[in-house]
Amino acid sequence: MPTAVYAGTPVTVTEEGFYLDPDQWREDMAPEIARDAGIDVLTDRHWQVIMHMRKEFAGKGTGPTVRALGRTSGVSIKELYLLFPKGPAKLAARIAGIPKPRGCI
Amino acid sequence: MTNRIVVLGGGTGGTLAANRLRRDLGDEVVITVVDQDDDHLYQPGLLFVPFGLSRPQDLVRSRPAQLHDGITYRTADIERVDLGAEQVLLSDGVTLAYDVLVVATGARLLPEETEGLTGPGARETVHTFYDLDGATALEGALSRFTGGRLVVNVVDMPIKCPVAPLEFCFLADWYFTERGIREQVELIYVTPLDAAFTKPVAARTLSGLLAEKHVELVTEFNTGEVDGTGGRLVGYDGREVPFDLAVVVPLHGGAAYVDRSPGLGDEFGFVPTDKHTLQSTAAPNVFVIGDAAAIPTSKAGSVTHFEGETIARNVVRFLAGEALDASFDGHTNCFIESGFGKAMLIDFNYDTEPLPGHYPSGVGLPLLSPSRLNHLGKLMFAWFYWHSLLPGRDVPGLTAAMPTAGKHMPVPTRS
Ligand SMILES: Cc1cc2nc3c(=O)[nH]c(=O)nc-3n(C[C@H](O)[C@H](O)[C@H](O)COP(=O)(O)OP(=O)(O)OC[C@H]3O[C@@H](n4cnc5c(N)ncnc54)[C@H](O)[C@@H]3O)c2cc1C
Repeated sequence: MPTAVYAGTPVTVTEEGFYLDPDQWREDMAPEIARDAGIDVLTDRHWQVIMHMRKEFAGKGTGPTVRALGRTSGVSIKELYLLFPKGPAKLAARIAGIPKPRGCI
Repeated sequence: MTNRIVVLGGGTGGTLAANRLRRDLGDEVVITVVDQDDDHLYQPGLLFVPFGLSRPQDLVRSRPAQLHDGITYRTADIERVDLGAEQVLLSDGVTLAYDVLVVATGARLLPEETEGLTGPGARETVHTFYDLDGATALEGALSRFTGGRLVVNVVDMPIKCPVAPLEFCFLADWYFTERGIREQVELIYVTPLDAAFTKPVAARTLSGLLAEKHVELVTEFNTGEVDGTGGRLVGYDGREVPFDLAVVVPLHGGAAYVDRSPGLGDEFGFVPTDKHTLQSTAAPNVFVIGDAAAIPTSKAGSVTHFEGETIARNVVRFLAGEALDASFDGHTNCFIESGFGKAMLIDFNYDTEPLPGHYPSGVGLPLLSPSRLNHLGKLMFAWFYWHSLLPGRDVPGLTAAMPTAGKHMPVPTRS
């Protein structure tokens, strides 16, 4: 597995850049991951989603889908796409340092 | 004292669970099944209605007639469940107290949650085949269709029978070929997933099949709006897919009463459930079967059938004060109609993804490749549904635990 360095600390990530171990994540890493992904500044609204992602992962063992985020994060799906363009669930999971959401079967 | 079992929903899961429990427990229990109407619809048949291959009236039978003697049936809308008081409130004011509750109220279609989906153009340029009225209306629309862009769209997961929209594409290819106008029709499959299907090996086979049948595949598309008059799907990311006719599978959620029952459901109205015992996490005397359960399986009748054995055993054990059996392995088995009288078969569980080979053993039906035998299997499924599955019998070859005998299982690598 590849290694990435964020905030001066090496972390193990997948080919797509998702953390394998959420415990390796620290808040000061998030802005660097975000910049890698093309988001220059993390606003309070971004942080609201990021912290929500981590809480959901801790409780359920997988990150939420976009639809679940729209219901539970306090941020509408439309706004999620503005904050995390293209794929909010995946992008927010990457920045929040949790594994790729499994989605549904 | 005689124990009271209340079964919410008289569809696939509620019917087969009630019948199994009646057989296993006889007069030791009083079983009451509640459903909002008396029409039991064979939902897998919906796929065939738009192509004139099934007649709507042949897919519906009486609900109570599918229940064994000795089971009470009530027609009523469920208002809510009170977990603390262990009772169910019905909209006609009746209260049903229970010792064990079986939740089998399936999944509900939520077209109104997608902008435009129920607006102008609905039933004209925008259709669905996920309910009987929709499938019937779509038959007319397809027969009048003489050419242009036919877009098949899944708004978001989870949906019932996740292969059905793909099957719709394959059958549409066959249908327009038969009518001699296939050249005039563009078929486009638009999915929120990053591939044709969730499981990698099956996804590869299915995207191969889409390409072979000249169905364009658009992935990672999250539909934000369906514009029926403008003839376009608009994605949340701003992408647009134009259509002349759209066949849309709407968002799914659990039954509405789940949202009105504190502590019972998740944010979508599905009921959090232990994926091996089928006991809800809401209360120990609440069990869940079928599409209503928030567990990582496909929402399919075959899964519901496989769950039947585990749920019946565990309700019996629960009433006897014994430890539950954690035996449900997520077994899923789907025939995938691929057009021109052929079908594929996929078979998987929580741990094993769909693999090529034969089912249930080396001499059985071919897995992951189109064959006439599988098409017959798909047609036979309707007979088994009414005569074996709903009565709660074990179907030959359709056992709860996923068989591995005929599968090309990956060779374990030595470390
Ligand atoms: C188009 C289509 C194709 C399919 N093809 C296949 C296939 O090929 N193979 C396969 O295995 N599966 C297939 N399925 C899926 C299969 O039909 C379902 O997974 C199965 O019926 C689930 O059973 P269930 O008991 O969970 O839900 P259901 O059978 O849907 O029963 C739920 C019941 O609850 C009742 N209910 C809900 N809310 C209330 C309320 N508030 N008050 C009273 N009653 C209520 C409903 O009326 C309904 O009868 C298909 C489904 C569709 C839509």
